[in-house]
Amino acid sequence: MIHFHLDPRSGVSTYMQLVQQIKHALRLGLLEPGDRLPTAGEVVAALAINPNTVLKAYRELEREGLVTARPGLGTFVERTLGDASPVARARLGRQLAGWMRTAYGAGLAREDIEALFTAALREIAQEGVA
Amino acid sequence: MINAVEASGVGRRYGRIWALRGCSVALPEGQVAALVGPNGAGKSTLLNLIAGLLRPSEGTLQRFGRPVSDRPEALARVGYMSQDTALYPTFTASELLRMGARLNPGWDDDWARERLTRLRLPANVPASNLSGGQRSQIALVLALAKRPRLLLLDEPLASLDPLARNDVMALLMQAVAETGMTVVLSSHIISDLVETCDWLVAINQGRVQVSGNIDELLDSHKLITGPREAVDTLPPRVSIVAQTITGRQASVLLRSGEHPIGPVWTVHRPTLDELVLNYLRQPEASVLPGPVAVAG
Repeated sequence: MIHFHLDPRSGVSTYMQLVQQIKHALRLGLLEPGDRLPTAGEVVAALAINPNTVLKAYRELEREGLVTARPGLGTFVERTLGDASPVARARLGRQLAGWMRTAYGAGLAREDIEALFTAALREIAQEGVA
Repeated sequence: MINAVEASGVGRRYGRIWALRGCSVALPEGQVAALVGPNGAGKSTLLNLIAGLLRPSEGTLQRFGRPVSDRPEALARVGYMSQDTALYPTFTASELLRMGARLNPGWDDDWARERLTRLRLPANVPASNLSGGQRSQIALVLALAKRPRLLLLDEPLASLDPLARNDVMALLMQAVAETGMTVVLSSHIISDLVETCDWLVAINQGRVQVSGNIDELLDSHKLITGPREAVDTLPPRVSIVAQTITGRQASVLLRSGEHPIGPVWTVHRPTLDELVLNYLRQPEASVLPGPVAVAG
């Protein structure tokens, strides 16, 4: 089961935050095909937001083919995101964590690491790999 | 789609003073509407008129396509919670529920008792010995147990701490998810409404200034900031709602249009606070879709 958290200062609309958090969970393998998403009532009880916001997020995910609503049963994950196998993903995650430890060891702050990471992502994107 | 509330030219006068004048709004069924405005703007008067507790001095007012009346069958599916959440102080939650069951034909007692248990509200303590947050939650459970099709809440969050505000809103939003009822709630704390409301009605000096779907309102406005002298170079057909000058900088709320406004301006989508405050500062500006357009 996924637990949502909202950041009111993010500048991202609430429904989009829900969409992004579900996609994030799909990428990390925290949600898998067949899993049921929490009902609008369950999300609303936890976050005190308008149920239409939750439904809007689920409709957006459905439009992208990531989930399916089965009337009377709930909304279910249809497919996952990210092509790498869970094993490859775990290995890459460990390597990245190792790199970050090295970076902290070299005296970099969190912001420095984020800046380096973002810059590298941008550089790779320009090479046309991603 | 049917309108839960439709007001046309509604006014209410106390003696010679008009508390509300020329009020025309249409609220589609199933919306959670925020009624905002400064103190004394006429929010409570409008809620009382919709509830049928007051009669309009002029104009017509309908609920679900029928003229508002205070006959029992008309009130059976209308819930109303006043500003001071008046619970009889010596009654316990359990006694209040028993009273609600006697007085309301469509009362859902199982739901109400289940909700009290789940919210861990003490059933056998007199209301006067409970916290403000607990009293508000009980008052809301009572209003919801009636299974209203339209629920009117006058400042339901005003006296509550942030935790209690969250609990009350979560209870309300769950009931909306379960039933699809229409809610009108008044507040002057706009940040409480951002996550919970679909619809905005802003009233100011006894007049309705803004009424519309919140997402559409925010999409149809732009907040631009730039050098103050650039205000004079904005194209004449741009529709300015309000502007604030701070030092050398100007901040202008515009209604979005096709007109290019020049590269000196930084453009962003306004937040609900920014939209409301800019309109309230400028009482003569308004966005009011006609009742016909809203119903379509």
